[in-house]
Amino acid sequence: MDENLLATAATNGVVVTWNLGKPSRNKQDQLFTEHKRTVNKVCFHPTEVYMLLSGSQDGYMKCFDLRKKDSVSTFSGQSESVRDVQFSIRDYFTFAATFENGNVQLWDIRRPDRYERMFTAHNGPVFCCDWHPEDRGWLATGGRDKMVKVWDMNTTRAKEIYCVQTIASVARVKWRPECKHHIATCSMMVDHNIYVWDVRRPFIPSAMFEEHKDVTTGIVWRHLHDPYFLLSGSKDSTLYQHIFKDASQPIDRANPEGLCYSLYGDLAFAAKESLISSDSNRKPYIGDRRHPIFFKRKLDPTEQFEYISSSSALSVFETDVESGSMDWFVHTAKQYALAGRPLAELCDHNAKVAKGLDRNQVAQTWTMLRIIYSSLGTVSSTNLNHSMGKGSTALPLMNSFNLKDIPAGLGSESRLDRSKGESRTENILMDSSSTLINNEDNEETEGSDVPADYLLGDVEADEDDLYMMDHENPHAEEQEYSLPQEAFPLRHEIVDNPSALDHLQDKADSPHVSGNEAETVSLTPVESFSLISISHSLYENRLPSDFFNPIVRDTLLFYAEQGDVQTAVSVLIVLGERIRKEIDEQTQEHWYTSYIDLLQRFQLWNISNEVIKLSTCRAINCLNQASTTLHVNCSNCKRPMSNRGWICDRCRQCASMCAVCHHVVKGLFVWCQGCSHGGHLQHIMKWLETSSHCPAGCGHLCEYT
Amino acid sequence: METPKHPLPPGAGSGGHRRCPFRRQGASNGIPQEGGESLHQLLEAFLSAGRVDHIAMVMGLHPQYLSIFWKTQYLLLRMDGPLPYHKRHYIAIMAAARHRCSYLVGLHMGEFLQVGGDPAWLQGLHCAPQKLRNLNEINKLLAHRPWLITKEHIEALLKPGEDSWSLAELVQALVLLTHYHSLASFVFGCGIKREEDQDVGNGCWAPSPHSNSRAASDGSMGGSGGTDAIQELEVLMERMKLLQEHQLEEEGVTQEEMATRFELQKTESLLVPSSDILDPSLQSNIRCFLEDPEFGYKDFTRRGEQAPPTFRAQDYTWEDHGYSLINRLYPDMGQLLDEKFQVVYNLTYNTIAMHCGVDTSVLRRAIWNYVHCVFGIRYDDYDYGEVNQLLERNLKIYIKTVACYPEKTTKQIYTQSWRHFKHSEKVHINLLLLEARMQAALLYALRAVTRYMT
Repeated sequence: MDENLLATAATNGVVVTWNLGKPSRNKQDQLFTEHKRTVNKVCFHPTEVYMLLSGSQDGYMKCFDLRKKDSVSTFSGQSESVRDVQFSIRDYFTFAATFENGNVQLWDIRRPDRYERMFTAHNGPVFCCDWHPEDRGWLATGGRDKMVKVWDMNTTRAKEIYCVQTIASVARVKWRPECKHHIATCSMMVDHNIYVWDVRRPFIPSAMFEEHKDVTTGIVWRHLHDPYFLLSGSKDSTLYQHIFKDASQPIDRANPEGLCYSLYGDLAFAAKESLISSDSNRKPYIGDRRHPIFFKRKLDPTEQFEYISSSSALSVFETDVESGSMDWFVHTAKQYALAGRPLAELCDHNAKVAKGLDRNQVAQTWTMLRIIYSSLGTVSSTNLNHSMGKGSTALPLMNSFNLKDIPAGLGSESRLDRSKGESRTENILMDSSSTLINNEDNEETEGSDVPADYLLGDVEADEDDLYMMDHENPHAEEQEYSLPQEAFPLRHEIVDNPSALDHLQDKADSPHVSGNEAETVSLTPVESFSLISISHSLYENRLPSDFFNPIVRDTLLFYAEQGDVQTAVSVLIVLGERIRKEIDEQTQEHWYTSYIDLLQRFQLWNISNEVIKLSTCRAINCLNQASTTLHVNCSNCKRPMSNRGWICDRCRQCASMCAVCHHVVKGLFVWCQGCSHGGHLQHIMKWLETSSHCPAGCGHLCEYT
Repeated sequence: METPKHPLPPGAGSGGHRRCPFRRQGASNGIPQEGGESLHQLLEAFLSAGRVDHIAMVMGLHPQYLSIFWKTQYLLLRMDGPLPYHKRHYIAIMAAARHRCSYLVGLHMGEFLQVGGDPAWLQGLHCAPQKLRNLNEINKLLAHRPWLITKEHIEALLKPGEDSWSLAELVQALVLLTHYHSLASFVFGCGIKREEDQDVGNGCWAPSPHSNSRAASDGSMGGSGGTDAIQELEVLMERMKLLQEHQLEEEGVTQEEMATRFELQKTESLLVPSSDILDPSLQSNIRCFLEDPEFGYKDFTRRGEQAPPTFRAQDYTWEDHGYSLINRLYPDMGQLLDEKFQVVYNLTYNTIAMHCGVDTSVLRRAIWNYVHCVFGIRYDDYDYGEVNQLLERNLKIYIKTVACYPEKTTKQIYTQSWRHFKHSEKVHINLLLLEARMQAALLYALRAVTRYMT
């Protein structure tokens, strides 16, 4: 090979060779002006010094012998622009050419009349190709479609064996010497980095050079047998020699752990094996209900990754069936009413739904909301009555609000046990959070000046009072009959919308009982607002519902914090404008997306759509505006129908006819999965009421459920 | 110069019978042959838009193109995209107003209201949100002097703030703007008249321009002109053949000479009279969408001024760079535009006027490159001497007028150029102009975006 020989191609179609060994200042050697358009690529033969190949925009490839003035042979690509030409390193006579239309052609230089073979490699122009230095049949191509593909040419049909997806169109590919599976790439737009890929691991580059400030225009390995030096030129007018050990390795920065929760509370966790094995003895979070399962990927001994240890372990922690059940979520989602009725009715309905599922805390919240936002007048007057009845006892209690007072006040051991049992289902997933809250409760207890005789409940109550309170309500109702003198008036009123008569009776209650009443109003730790409302109602008869907004906001935040976005979002939708401004847009959006995501994972499409529709968040509303296209294939010719869903352009037939009325169906179309006849939803419904056979007369016994 | 009026009112068919000599060719090439397909395309257009506008009818002469044009416009206006629908139409209005194209402005005012746009915006640009008003500067430049767009313009629009654009939105807006600027060229170039029923809203068979012969314009050139025109045609044919056969006749052309020829072409384009008089009859409904209405195309090689550097086509090509960028920021659009450019660049029926079996690639390339030249884009591998040989002066005037200030197109310059060509062929030229112009403006805009990103 001649070290002094250089060939260049120019945009005006000229191919020039330069001889650096020339003594004169002008090193120009030869000039070929045979191409009419821009020459995209020139390539020397790997063994023949004088043989030069060029590929041009005008669709021709020309082979020059540098000892002659003109080209030796011309190869025509049928007026498709040639983007790259490359002599095979192993086969003396073969070269590959890539084209703007996505094709790759293989030629034999002895036969200029016709290519040996051709295949479509990419969608859009193929910018570059490179023969594997060792493996005879391997050809790598890179295209505008951001792919690098490796083709095996040994078989009769070129077979794609590897494919790497990059982030920008691929301008150059170069196999790394001495490393069978490594290939370097660079891009011509947007991305300035040079990547070295292991083609067997197409998702993450094995090395990366980030020095260039503008697009890289060319890359080359410095020596045929040296895999450690890479030269690159760039539009930022720099030329770099990269040493391989300087390369950054994205794998080091990649997060090798993966963690995912399933719908039913199962937890999958994948991590490096080494990490798992050292930690597996501890298992700090694995309760007896969770059974870890281990998966391990076996290492293929034939594969030798140099930089990556890819063995990892996957552990799945399953929750037991009962506790992981999310039925309540599905039922709630299905039964909740979110719009279309007055606020009070919505709240009542939803409270009933929640109570039906034994979620009393939530039910209570709904009831509270109704009181705050719709029947404000009556309630505040009631409160007024109350507080007056209570007299002085109420006031100190307000200051020393304490959770434990409630079980104490209700004071029934059996109830405690029951509620404990009931709350287990919810309890399990929230173990940690409930502990946390309980701690807070305890702190609040300290320094409270509540008389000890209120604390009738035993120590056990500590642990569960949070949940017990959820279940307070039904018991309270029961107690209405068993303990009439206690008569929890406010509770009663919430549930049953009591008449004024009740209040008169309430007023007659003894003051210490009314103290209990005050506490029972504060049903849940978060709903302390009822207490406060009482205190204020002492001074003011009618409070604007805005007044409660901060408290409602806190309630919602609490629910969301607990993982119950369902309640948070539902309340948000039901209250609409009343509360929207209180919570910042981003939090709302976050709740909405979480809830919608959950709904969709439970395949509750209709409900998630309703939520999207009702949401007031702009970002959420947009969800329904994306991808609104429905693609339909014609039932006759099976081809896609481009214009309208009911008439096919190709076979000119109406694709979806109603089997009953024989008209085109343009709206809802229902069809039998057995015989695939169908029609207008209404028509089919009506038909199948009277007949069990298919309306099309095919004899099939259709079912409509 | 006449005030711009539609050169071919649909009723001007008085000379229709006189084009008899060419009618047969028309039949063998143009409309009836692909009539089936063309009709199909129109049907498709009608189904998706509810009407067939005159643009579609004129483009229907080239059904292959119409199809891809429709797909692109459909994606641009009605499919998924970062901009809301009403803003898309408003941007279309802004773009068309730059060229005083009342046809397009009217069309999109209707569409704008239909998709729920705020009628107040239609009172003028000053009533539109600041975000859209910010687009005005780039609209102005893209329409008239795209070479002035710099990355600073892009930066200003993307600067975070209340009315900032996102990159994806901006790219869609850029495509919209260039699309409608060049479509305005087409509208004026073909003399497309406002649909008479535009306000009534039905009837797809308003008299279409192609039903009254465009070639009937011989009427305006008189008998003696006829022979001239035929001679011109023969000369053109001769030269095309020559160019194809001896492309390398002058081996010794140096790079400097080629560059000079390009400069010459640029300078020569100055010969085209460019009247700077603002049309007084400018309708107020368009004027309200204009700021700085005096801003117009200006030749960049005026004597004594620092000319902006020439855009070398190979530095930023559509195929390599433009496509990649658009496809990244506005998925699917790159593909469609790419297809559209390719279809129009390769569109040929191998006929010229009454001759068949002619390879017109040289001519098409000359036209394409001349349009790019007018916008300052230079191809290293093109000999601009060819432009002079192939495009006679009247045609150059026509091309430049339509591409740079379409609002000044008159019937006169339409008929004076290429007198023996069929109507469908003139539409073909206009399609070339449309796409070449769009690509030129897009390249400038995308180059600025790329520079902003790096």
